[in-house]
Amino acid sequence: MESLDLEQMSVRDINQYLHNTLPETNVTELEIVNPTGEHNIAVGINTECSLDVRGHAGYYLGGMNKKANITVHGNAGNGVAENMMSGSVHVKGFASAAAGASGHGGTLVIDGDTGLRCGISMKGIDIVVGGSIGNFSGFMAQAGRMVICGDAGEGLADSLYEAVFYVKGTIKSLGADAQLESMTDADHKAVQELLDFAGFEHDPKEFKRVASAKQLYNWNADADQEY
Amino acid sequence: MSKHHLEESVGFSSKTRDYIQRASSTGLYEIRGIGAKRALPSFDDLVFLAGSASRYPLEGYREKCTTKTVLGTRFAKKPIVLDTPITIAGMSFGALSANVKESLGMAATNMGTSTTTGDGGMTPEERNSSKTLVYQCLPSRYGFNPDDVRKADAIELVIGQGAKPGGGGMLLGQKVNARVASMRTLPQGVDQRSACRHPDWTGPDDLAIKVAELRELTDWEKPIYIKIGATRVYHDVKLAVHAGADVIVVDGMQGGTAATQTVFIEHIGIPTLAALRQAVEALEDMDMIGTVQLIVSGGIRSGADVAKALAMGADAVAIGQGAMISLGCNNDTYIKDGAHHSAEADYAALDTKAGFCHHCHTGKCPTGVATQDPILEQRIEPKVGAKRVTNYLKTLTMELTTVARACGKSNVHHLEREDLVCLTLESAAMAKLPLAGTSWIPGVTEAK
Repeated sequence: MESLDLEQMSVRDINQYLHNTLPETNVTELEIVNPTGEHNIAVGINTECSLDVRGHAGYYLGGMNKKANITVHGNAGNGVAENMMSGSVHVKGFASAAAGASGHGGTLVIDGDTGLRCGISMKGIDIVVGGSIGNFSGFMAQAGRMVICGDAGEGLADSLYEAVFYVKGTIKSLGADAQLESMTDADHKAVQELLDFAGFEHDPKEFKRVASAKQLYNWNADADQEY
Repeated sequence: MSKHHLEESVGFSSKTRDYIQRASSTGLYEIRGIGAKRALPSFDDLVFLAGSASRYPLEGYREKCTTKTVLGTRFAKKPIVLDTPITIAGMSFGALSANVKESLGMAATNMGTSTTTGDGGMTPEERNSSKTLVYQCLPSRYGFNPDDVRKADAIELVIGQGAKPGGGGMLLGQKVNARVASMRTLPQGVDQRSACRHPDWTGPDDLAIKVAELRELTDWEKPIYIKIGATRVYHDVKLAVHAGADVIVVDGMQGGTAATQTVFIEHIGIPTLAALRQAVEALEDMDMIGTVQLIVSGGIRSGADVAKALAMGADAVAIGQGAMISLGCNNDTYIKDGAHHSAEADYAALDTKAGFCHHCHTGKCPTGVATQDPILEQRIEPKVGAKRVTNYLKTLTMELTTVARACGKSNVHHLEREDLVCLTLESAAMAKLPLAGTSWIPGVTEAK
């Protein structure tokens, strides 16, 4: 396993290595030690690899990740795995706000809780949260799935489009145009698959489905409310 | 009836009564395209003091006058080098057709300048046709992906737009065809709201980390622009500098849009003239002139506008509506197969006329500029469109250099505030330039 030490190297040095040197090597397993909450660790990887970050990370860990499977053995700051395209990011601790924001693909797993706006503007990413999620999560979520094993905060999935949310615990309130829907066999299967991926043990039948009521999909410019 | 019995109310004019009647009928605010239609202090209110006895002019046609423009010298390893300071502003594929985006790319390439993507991402046509392409990172992040970041020549982090600061954007469902929908990861025919704020940062300190992330993604090679809609420009520019921008784009309220609420277009933001002066002051106060470059946009129409913007302190300008009009927006004809064809019937179908149209939001653009309709979009042929925009940009550059020469400058970037005076009190106060024929700068010097 290749070891990169953030006490010996800068974030810039490490990202440059991950972008330019790694694809030219046969290295498939790496670790970053002493991350000490640095921002922008492992941003923009475009190579298949397994990367362990041994400690806490700051903002945007694994941002715009493609192909890599990243595990954070600690907590992650704002915007972990933002705009991820593929691969995976697994946070063993807690994650701050905007986890998985605008992610297009891949899977984000957070063992603990997340802060505000988890999955905001998500575009196809799957997110599995072992704990609870903060307020305004899933705002304007376009596509993808989110499984929440704990509780959801205020305004869940406000103004969402095609993304689907599965919540085991309580939902403090739903956002505009979000509604509870019946779980189907396909939903149970999807939840089970995502739980299996994350390594969480829950009964899919205990989850509720939240999706868009689709009442905000089109502006009615021809509305005539005179009579 | 004698005429004095027909006096119309100024406060409740026919325009205002139309607005009230429409609101009473629909219960909805109006959404439209194009920019502010109201009269505003503008570059028209400024004039140049050219060379005479006290200043030495250059020969207007032939003496060398450099237009080379370099953007992104602060941190980027690969700054952008342009042959002219006139760039094409960000406009989305979705709002505009693929043919139009290709035309703009070809024209920019012909002129050695840059063009800019918009909401919805980068199309292959645009990338392939554009030698220098600026890739926008917008709040919606529609179509935003690291592969296209790597293909871009610069990144523009868009915080706001002059036509609608604080308002986000909207692409109505009638313009969302299969291709647009696919690029934006949404169903066909569904309205696409562009969020008013970014999903993954919430304040200036976060913004600095976001900029650093984009730099890490691009290995510090590409210039990072930050674009702001003109409101509290002085403070916003300072925060953008603090966040690490290489280039700041300030978009004044005369800037255009493909669709937003009229109340935003006409009532939010400040004029480009005032915005530019505030931006320059912020850079001066931070000692960042020459380190951070400034692009101004919002109602730039002519070479005179460009020259005035540069004299006031801009390093470059960005043009949106001007380029659209060059392509045929609001023209009464469109060009197809080498001939002009009337578009009057299509304007009539929208209950408007050439010169008055602001129906970009409908997707039924009579001249094929702001549309995704498979028939209408064919009214712009990329080569023809590119030729027209090239001619327009060429004319502006010629006007710019001839004005610069008249002011004795062998480099358009040597134009300076001392070359300008104002024709109105309002413009003098906003631009902090003297009223013509006086040394009075309202708010700065005392009248004599």
